[in-house]
This record gives sequence, C-alpha cells and structure tokens, in this order.
Amino acid sequence: MRFIDTSLIYTAVYETICKISFVCDPQLHEAILEAQHRETEDLPREILGMIIQNHNYASEDIIPLCQDTGTTLIFAEIGTDIHFSGKPFSETIQAATADAQHDCPLRASIVLEPIFERNNSKNNCPAVIHYELVPGDKLRLLVAQKGGGAENMSFMKMLSPSASADTIVDFVAEGVIAAGSRPCPPLILGVGIGGNFEEAPLLAKKALFLDLNGHHQDPRYAELEKRIVAKINHAGCGVQGFGGNNTVLSARIITAPCHIASLPVAVNLQCHVHRHEEIII
Amino acid sequence: MKEIKLNLPFTDAEINSLRANDKVLLSGIVYTARDQAHKRILNLLEHGKPLPFDLRKTAIFYCGPSPAREGRICGAVGPTTSARMDPYTEEMLKAGLRVMIGKGDRSEQTATLIRNYGAVYFAAIGGISAVLSRCIVSCETFLWEDLGAEAIYRMELLNMPVFVSIV
Repeated sequence: MRFIDTSLIYTAVYETICKISFVCDPQLHEAILEAQHRETEDLPREILGMIIQNHNYASEDIIPLCQDTGTTLIFAEIGTDIHFSGKPFSETIQAATADAQHDCPLRASIVLEPIFERNNSKNNCPAVIHYELVPGDKLRLLVAQKGGGAENMSFMKMLSPSASADTIVDFVAEGVIAAGSRPCPPLILGVGIGGNFEEAPLLAKKALFLDLNGHHQDPRYAELEKRIVAKINHAGCGVQGFGGNNTVLSARIITAPCHIASLPVAVNLQCHVHRHEEIII
Repeated sequence: MKEIKLNLPFTDAEINSLRANDKVLLSGIVYTARDQAHKRILNLLEHGKPLPFDLRKTAIFYCGPSPAREGRICGAVGPTTSARMDPYTEEMLKAGLRVMIGKGDRSEQTATLIRNYGAVYFAAIGGISAVLSRCIVSCETFLWEDLGAEAIYRMELLNMPVFVSIV
C-alpha cells in the first residue's frame, strides 16, 4: 500500500495545465519544423513559419499558444495499491483546473448547460476525467487542454465487420478531408478501432497521447497509420486549408477486442497546438 | 502572393482591389463577435434597434480572447471557426457589414452572399495567438460583459497578418 496525498496531485496537475498552455511540446515543435522543411508551396510554408514563431513568442510573452485554451482532459491510471489521502481525487483535479484558469489566466470556455442557458462556469470546470484501475502503486495522469475546433470535427461510426482495411482508411481519410481547414491543420489524428460505442472514441482520444513519430507494434496497423496520413496529405487541404502536403503530421491507432457483429471506428482530431503531457507520481 | 497594408474602414475600391490569397497587414478598429454575440446582434436588428457601433466602418472578428494578464494589453487573441457564423451572415451584410475576419472556409451560399454584397472575408491563422496578440494595440470589453469570452470586445489592430479568402 502506498499513500499519496492529493495535494501532490493538485500541484502536478496545476503546473502541467499552466505549462502546456504556454510552452509547445518539443517533439511537436520539431514535427512542425520538419513539415516546413518538407512543404513545397510558399503560402503554407510561410504559415508553418508563423506557427514556429508562435511557439517562441508564447514562451517569451507568457501568453497562451491559442486563445482557445481548451477543456482540461485527464486520463487517470490509478494503481490499485494506492490509497489517496487529503481531499477527494476528483475535487483535487477540479481545484487545479479552476486555479490554473484563474492564475494563468486561461479562457473560461465551459458552459454548464448545453442547450438553453449555455451559462459559462467561469472557471473552466468541470475538467473531463476518465478513470482506469491498473496493477501497482503508480499514478499515471495524461493531461490535455483540448480545443473546441478540432474536437468538433471528430467522428465515429459503427462499421460492418465485413469492412476491409481499405474501407477503414477511406472512412478515416474522407472524414478528415471533409473537415477541411476547420480543425486547424496540420493535425494529429487519434484513431480507435474496436471496443464498443463508447470505448472506440476513448481509444481514439488516448491515441493522441502516443508518440507522434512512433507506429503501431503490429506492422499491419502501422501500415494503416501510414496509409491514412498519405491519403489525407495527398488530398491537398494543407496547413490551415492553404494547400500543400501537410494536412496531417501523424496518425496513431489503438485497437481493442469487439463484438462479433461490430467494428466501431472513431477518429479524434487534434489541432496543431496539441497541448498534452504525461505525469507519473 | 502580394502583401498589402490596409487600414479600416475600407473604401469599396480597396475591397475591389483585393484578390484571394493576398496577404494583408490589417490595422484599425475591429469588434469581436462569436455565436452568442451574433444572436444578440440579430435580435437587436430584428427589433429595429440601433447597434452600438457602425458595422459599415469596422470589421467583425470572430474571436473570443483569453483574459489579459495583469499589466498586459490583451490575452491570447485568435480566430474561431467562421462557418459557425454563416447562419447570421446575410443579416449582418444587410445591416452594412463588409469586412469579416475568422478561420476556415465558409459555406458556398455564404461565399456567394459575401461576393454579392461587395464584402471581404479574411482568414486569420488559427493557433498562433502569441503572434497575433503582438498586433493588438488596445483591447477592451465593449458590450455584453456577461458573455465572458463571447462578449463583444473592441480591439485596435496594428499590422495583423490575415489572408484574403473570399472577395
């Protein structure tokens, strides 16, 4: 049994939200530089240059990378040997979210009621939290600040198990191509294949936390990742819809077992700001 | 690709001289409006009430800024998805709006309306708020503070980079 005081979690989450809102992930920065190097057309190359400049200015001026500072999203993988002391876990995360919003400051972007009042919570709460129990005594938190534009263009479908790999590549690519410039390309894609109606989108979201430059360990799925990227980049939407061959920087797939009658496929789109971090306590 | 410096308000001749993909360094007074502010503006227009600013002499910037840190002119400033404002655009054009700044494509129907009214839609780049914020000379909440980020802000721009999308 390991005791973790939730004040430790508060500090880690608070600091992470602040950091990822202002400081670009070095691997992503590198990926944008590479995209600029690859880009053959002038206008998208210039815009990639502005994105690189933005990474520098955001750190220098301590100003958020994007005015849509996002929804706080947490995947909490909790070792079953942990006993939390102090304030309740979820309350701790919400407090860190609210305090980061106030202190940074970040934009209050959450409404409490979705249709009629759409009244702003004014502190970015609630954060979205997904819990998973895992063996051991470690706590792993995946933290993201997810913007609305790319989230709005995300999609899922219950495909027929007869669907071929080609059909899946087409489904993913066509959905992303149809989104055009709205999700703020260049994009990172998370693809969830299998599971059920709620699991596939969760897998897709979790795939956004995988290594940008990595590939699925099963070479057949690694091939699908590459084909999805190639097909979308061939279609020519490009950086911010200004053409060229850099609509997508990376596509990562996570799979899960599924029902004999089902083949759920979910695609979570992530804009080029891609604020995310892993915390291990 | 041309790079042009322009100050708001525009003359018709200035709008007519623009071509798709021209880069414009935009200066002057703009007002922000997102979904909720558009609903309220249309409600005023529907009831024949005057707007608190002249749509003809300014631009609407589809933007909900983040709050400014103490001592700063503004927080993070950048465009939101313009297509969400398509359902309101015809009424805005009728009321005199000629210049819009946002992010991404418009519907075919909205693009046609923009052209028919002799208006211009500029695409600003999404996700480069630190760059765009350096082009803000002043920023204040102008109307409907209760809407928070969705309130109308009055901003003065100095050489903000935008690209002609529809003209």
